[in-house]
Amino acid sequence: MAQLFDLALVIWLIALAVHITMARTDQNAIIAFIAFGLLLGLGWVQLSAFDVALTEIAIGAGVTGILLLSAEAHMRKARTSTKATGTKIAKAEASTTGTVSKATTIDEGRRIGAVGVITTAIACAAVTVGLGFAVLLLPNPAPTLAPAAAAALDATGLGNPVTAVLLAYRALDTLLEKVVLLLALVGVWSLAPDRLWDGAPALRPAEVPEPLAYLARVLPPFGVLIAVYMFWVGADAPGGTFQAGTVLAAMWLIVMIAGLRQPPDTALKTLRLLLVGGPALFLAVGLIGFIIADGFLAYPEAIAKPLILVIEAALTLSIGVTLAMLVAGPAQKAREP
Amino acid sequence: MTLLADAFTVIAVSAGALLFLAGTIGLLRFPDTLSRLHALSKADNLGLGLIVLGLLPQAGSLSGGLKLVCVWLLAQLSAATASQLIAGRIHRRKSGS
Amino acid sequence: MADFLIGTALFISAVTALGLYRVLRARIAVERMMAVQLLGTGGGAALLLLGVASGVSAANDAALLLMLFATFSCAAFTLGLETTPTENLGSEEESR
Repeated sequence: MAQLFDLALVIWLIALAVHITMARTDQNAIIAFIAFGLLLGLGWVQLSAFDVALTEIAIGAGVTGILLLSAEAHMRKARTSTKATGTKIAKAEASTTGTVSKATTIDEGRRIGAVGVITTAIACAAVTVGLGFAVLLLPNPAPTLAPAAAAALDATGLGNPVTAVLLAYRALDTLLEKVVLLLALVGVWSLAPDRLWDGAPALRPAEVPEPLAYLARVLPPFGVLIAVYMFWVGADAPGGTFQAGTVLAAMWLIVMIAGLRQPPDTALKTLRLLLVGGPALFLAVGLIGFIIADGFLAYPEAIAKPLILVIEAALTLSIGVTLAMLVAGPAQKAREP
Repeated sequence: MTLLADAFTVIAVSAGALLFLAGTIGLLRFPDTLSRLHALSKADNLGLGLIVLGLLPQAGSLSGGLKLVCVWLLAQLSAATASQLIAGRIHRRKSGS
Repeated sequence: MADFLIGTALFISAVTALGLYRVLRARIAVERMMAVQLLGTGGGAALLLLGVASGVSAANDAALLLMLFATFSCAAFTLGLETTPTENLGSEEESR
């Protein structure tokens, strides 16, 4: 019975993926992509990869979804404002009988061109075939470090091997990952014009529907509770900093979208402290490892778990703030004096 | 006692599944967006509620059961509000604003 | 019992897939957003059933997040709609 379910899930995922590639407008594709992310979460659960499932649902469907939706809204705005001028109008005239967005869809399709479409299709097919071969050619049983990871689990005091890998065995990777996230945010902020550099991003829609304002008042308490739970349970069961941070980011974003709180100035000291706090603490603990333990990013066995929990708490806040500010985008309003 | 609990689970979960089916039929057959939304939200929420109710005897622990109820409560709050949002958009669109 | 629960999960996801197919082909942009909500509840129910069937409580956590982020996406969707009302009207008319 479980195998039947897996088979159905695979067919469903492929069908949805095909639907996404065939979608006529960006917005349709993004909506289907969000659905795809949620569905993929189900797939990871079936593979017993619960940590991945939680991350996929939170990041793949939730935050990436809103990131894409707001990017699409920006692109649409840019297109409508430039469409009246420039060369695009010639292409748009090809379908004067069509409505506005029909014209832009065709316009967009032409921009890629038939050659581009074929090249993309070939490249995608090559990647798919390559991946298929890689999976089929795996030695059986597949090489694994799982027994080693499980054996050393006691030394960390953790119960969840995934958290142990992330914060003890391969802590360097995790540290660099968080720094990359910060660099991405710096990249996004750099898109702001100079005069707006230390201003605030704008997120609030022109008109906030009543249910959205209600949701923004009621949902965040639940969300924060879930985030704390995710963070706490992460030490011994699937969950952890990234999932908890994403939930926090989502809650803050809802509050900002509904206009209950304005996005902060990017120059705000507290904001920057929160952004840097997690990685900085991680790095500091790593450096102290030279003195109190065996080396960089090593923890003394006696206080390994409390140290890891403190790092995780700081990282959760940092990730939450970073993701929310990433979605909020570059500054669009000048700083208030 | 276990038999009774199992029977309860089977009945409640089946009823929930039936409501999901009803919701989908409504989604496929109803003529306009608002009634489709109605079919979706009503059937899904009640269906999920029945499934959670049916799973409670199988939950094993008190905290496990509590979490199931929490999932349902969250669904009540969030699905209802999301439906309102979607319906509001459709309504505004119809009234031509 | 486990088989019955997994079977029901299969049934619910099949039914959800049907609904998804219908909603994703909808004419109105907002209606397509119902697909996400549909997956939130349908997928959540399937996850709960699977979780109880296999006795893994983490599946319940996944269901919790699924609901939360389905709602979040629905709410976020209004953002894209409201910022450019005129163009949006076009995209709604588009597939008629």
